[in-house]
Amino acid sequence: MTVESLVFFFLAAFAVTTAVLMILERSPLVSAIYLIANFFALAALYLLLRAQLLAVLQIVVYTGAIMVLVIFVIMLLNLGDEARGHRRVDLRTAVTVVLAAGFLAEVAYAVLGRGGRSPLRGPGPPAEALGTVESMGDALFGKFLLPFEITSLLLLAAILGAVVLARRRG
Amino acid sequence: MDVPLAYYLCLSAALFAIGAVGVLTRRNVIVVFMCIELMLNAVNLTLIAFSAYLGSIAGQALVLFVMAVAAAESAVGLAIVISVYRNRQTVNIDDINILKW
Repeated sequence: MTVESLVFFFLAAFAVTTAVLMILERSPLVSAIYLIANFFALAALYLLLRAQLLAVLQIVVYTGAIMVLVIFVIMLLNLGDEARGHRRVDLRTAVTVVLAAGFLAEVAYAVLGRGGRSPLRGPGPPAEALGTVESMGDALFGKFLLPFEITSLLLLAAILGAVVLARRRG
Repeated sequence: MDVPLAYYLCLSAALFAIGAVGVLTRRNVIVVFMCIELMLNAVNLTLIAFSAYLGSIAGQALVLFVMAVAAAESAVGLAIVISVYRNRQTVNIDDINILKW
């Protein structure tokens, strides 16, 4: 087992553990902390996949901007722990978990199964410097220029929408 | 690249399933938001894994757009949460059912 697969399995276990803890935790603030830990694990996985710019953006945008906003709102509303559900909720939880496990088994069978003939099983081609700032810039300001510009319109609309919605009326 | 692509896809499916369970079982609307972010990130991991294995930058460009949409979604979503809390003094999605019939 190489160093890379060791790092992968450690990060994968860490990501899954923090995700499970996040949905089990009753305090929204602690949930948010677990999600931030999960985002750091994902950023490290992006580095493993040679997506350097996106690994940095994952930390800056997700943990730096989005999660800070979420934690800010949690603290602003001064939310307490979520109340324990009653019986009806437990039935719903059971059905949901069974469905999710079924989905996971289906995907695992599709990508891992078929007796090793699937091309997804073997190691991939040697990756070059794929996700550097330079190559991402080339793609974003060349081939993906129009979607990139439309993104700015989307962000503008989101800013205006957030201001209008959160403004105190009267 | 010693780790097969299939492992990344399985990890991503696991995170997506956990996020889906959270969305469907949790009652706090902010936690539901965070679970949606987790699902978006699971998809991002799939896109980046395919991008690395196919040697194409297109997947990573798409991830950047997903991040922008996630940022916009969380800004508007949290504004809605604040607005609802101001009117109803609750963030429990069982109590916010005025659009449900």
